[in-house]
Amino acid sequence: MTGRGVLTFTDRGIYCPAGDFYIDPWRPVPRALITHAHSDHARWGHGRYLATPRSLAVMRHRLGDITAQIAEYGQVLRIGDADVSFHPAGHVPGSAQIRVCVAGQVWVASGDYKTENDGLSEPFAPLPCHSFITESTFGLPVFRWQPQPRITEQILRWWQGNRAAGKTSVLGAYALGKAQRLLHMLADGPGPILCHAAVENTNASLRAAGVALPQSDVLTPECSAKTHPGALIIAPPGAIEASWTRRFAPTEVALASGWMGLRGIRRRRAMATGFVISDHADWPGLLQATKETGAENIYVTHGYTDIFTRYLNESGHSAQVVPTEFGTDDDDSAGPA
Amino acid sequence: MSAFSDLFQALDATTKTSAKLAALGQYFQTATPEDRLWCIAVLSGRRPKRVLSSTLLRRWAAEAAGIPEWLFEECYANVGDLAETIALLLPPAAQTRPLYLAPTIADLRAMAQLDDAARKAHVLAQWAQLDTTGRLVFNKLLTGGFRMGVSQKLMTRALAQATGQPQPDLAHRLMGNWHPDTSDWHSLIMAQNPTADSSRPYPFCLAHGLDSPPQDLGDAHDWRAEWKWDGIRAQLLLRDGQVFLWSRGEELITDRFPEFAGLSIAGGNTVLDGELVVWGSDGLPQPFQALQKRIGRKTVPKALLASAPARLLAYDCLEFGGQDLRALPLAQRRQHLQTALDQLPNPGPVLPPPAVAGAHTWENWASTRQTARAHRAEGLMLKRLSAPYHAGRIRGDWWKWKLDPLSIDAVMIYAQAGHGRRATLYTDFTFAVWDGPTLVPFAKAYSGLTDAEFRQITAWVRKNTQQRFGPVRQVVPELVFEIAFEGIQPSPRHKSGVALRFPRMARWRQDKTAAQADTLAHLNALLAQYG
Repeated sequence: MTGRGVLTFTDRGIYCPAGDFYIDPWRPVPRALITHAHSDHARWGHGRYLATPRSLAVMRHRLGDITAQIAEYGQVLRIGDADVSFHPAGHVPGSAQIRVCVAGQVWVASGDYKTENDGLSEPFAPLPCHSFITESTFGLPVFRWQPQPRITEQILRWWQGNRAAGKTSVLGAYALGKAQRLLHMLADGPGPILCHAAVENTNASLRAAGVALPQSDVLTPECSAKTHPGALIIAPPGAIEASWTRRFAPTEVALASGWMGLRGIRRRRAMATGFVISDHADWPGLLQATKETGAENIYVTHGYTDIFTRYLNESGHSAQVVPTEFGTDDDDSAGPA
Repeated sequence: MSAFSDLFQALDATTKTSAKLAALGQYFQTATPEDRLWCIAVLSGRRPKRVLSSTLLRRWAAEAAGIPEWLFEECYANVGDLAETIALLLPPAAQTRPLYLAPTIADLRAMAQLDDAARKAHVLAQWAQLDTTGRLVFNKLLTGGFRMGVSQKLMTRALAQATGQPQPDLAHRLMGNWHPDTSDWHSLIMAQNPTADSSRPYPFCLAHGLDSPPQDLGDAHDWRAEWKWDGIRAQLLLRDGQVFLWSRGEELITDRFPEFAGLSIAGGNTVLDGELVVWGSDGLPQPFQALQKRIGRKTVPKALLASAPARLLAYDCLEFGGQDLRALPLAQRRQHLQTALDQLPNPGPVLPPPAVAGAHTWENWASTRQTARAHRAEGLMLKRLSAPYHAGRIRGDWWKWKLDPLSIDAVMIYAQAGHGRRATLYTDFTFAVWDGPTLVPFAKAYSGLTDAEFRQITAWVRKNTQQRFGPVRQVVPELVFEIAFEGIQPSPRHKSGVALRFPRMARWRQDKTAAQADTLAHLNALLAQYG
């Protein structure tokens, strides 16, 4: 038994013949199982969706009226001849690895994942399996994250320094996942936290789905350096240089992304400050996760696929690259360019 | 802030000039005099010599990081900076210390005496004591490739603020031959009358490109037009019976150009500014390519000396009779230049440049400029007759008025990722033109596009790679670019048979398909016309 065939790779996405469903498909299909709500994984136009409650809360906000069914973590659903269950991936709140078992063969599609417990997302746990489908967004050994408390310290020191200099702190972070994680990390900070509307909408969806997020204020046209002196503003990276920032002048701007670990990329974005924090696994995390699954076969879907695959093969695993259309959405997976 | 690693960190953590100035100023006030002096040396290109080959360094780093060498190379290709790659790959240090400059450099130089095993032990011991920033700085000193986002001009400004010495005076003090071994902080920077050093050149006066119609410069009679030559900008110092030839990059190139040996002027110490070119039997400067044969050679064979004789086309006089003339207006400096030239051998290695003929009118100069290629010039220089000789690139008195470049539409066939802030972006491209059904590569270029365009092309390259050769990707021949260049010469070393001067991407021709790109015949026609 090679296990081949439990999940297959098609031009629409990852497909399960035994259950006649797709996982994170990129073209419209009748039935889609969704690992998490980032738009390169949860796309518009499928017949029926299956996802965790927290993913669905955000997807309903983003995709509108969709036909969907809830999958609780750990709950085993029978779909056709396949037993399917969702398990925490630690990427963002509600994100899941999807375990598919057909006739005793277990495959796990991990979507995007992070091995460090961020205190907000349901923590990642490795799932023993025969075949493991992994990302490799940061699949280079130069990527090694510092523990979250160290990053919290760095950001708080920056914020405190900006406050002391009479400046507003503007922190660029992706609206789903990174933004909430920062909100959680910085809740005991020295001043008020304002969230850009795109962030606050996601906060609202997640709060409604039971995620215990700290209090935050939404950034409105009435907010300024006068109403919120010394504030920290969390905004999507695309919005940190928009005209609203003038109301908060003088400002200091920083980005929170795994890519900030490379000086060249930080300088190209003309960022004085970058905080190296990612919702994806770093190199040690990827290695640890693949090892702990005990998988015989590893499929690498996006990121530094060639390099990570070669390394796995040289380390005694059996790995191969699978081309997908993932890795185009959140600020980390969007790649270094 | 007295540790160099802290200075680096502070400079790296800002994009604002004011903050960089403040950090440098603080360092110049708190660091030891030895550290300060080495900081100035490093920031003005006086780096300690590289003591290790990068091959060895890579091997040791891969070993210390516990990864195979191919993986190290992949990391380097993606990070785009060797020193940083190593710093990121090494396992975190248990206990770290800051890095001070002078002791570190002393240490590095001592390493030159050791064998490889001892060097390795030494490097590993240093890595084990430094944090990521410290390692980055250490590696950069080790590999000799030190740039830290601070220009010599900015460093001089900070030094002026920290010491109260005038900036142009400091710029002059920092020119030339000094070295931290043979100088000290006081005599170099602070002393009222710095010890006269006959080898010390003056800071070069540099021009901006003309970015508006020349008529905006006012009355043409206030200006002087000269040909803009395509050679090496150089300063010739004839002082105290000695000859020094300095390139604009502050490199002493006297020995490479024996033509100037033994020159002296009866009127006393003299400094001339001009363009170093290879002179042709046709009485014109030869294309830059001819000079390239000379630049790289420390000793010149007789045959080359005869076939590619170097001349200085002297157009300014900065010192005469031992007097600094830089404050005088150009019109007066030119009178001194004439006197100096009259005292030099004729014919000899120093010549007055061929003049721009005709009336002082913008109309005449505009039409004269169009004939620049026939004069082997790149265009015109416009210099204000009443202006002093500035230190550095100051707007307003000197302008480059170059010819419009030549151009050709070409197909991109290879792409390679850039370095530094262009790491992980595909920015270095090879271009080809059609020769029947095949594409012949003829030029490489990596500038001229916006970051947004490079991002777009990078995404395209990733999806359209046909083959990989190490860091180079062969791509589907599909994208067309207009390649602009300053000159074209025959070259037996290139497949296409031509070599271009300063090729760059003028624009991305998204309106053209690969089939519509130009041909080798077209390139040869340009060669026939302009080569």
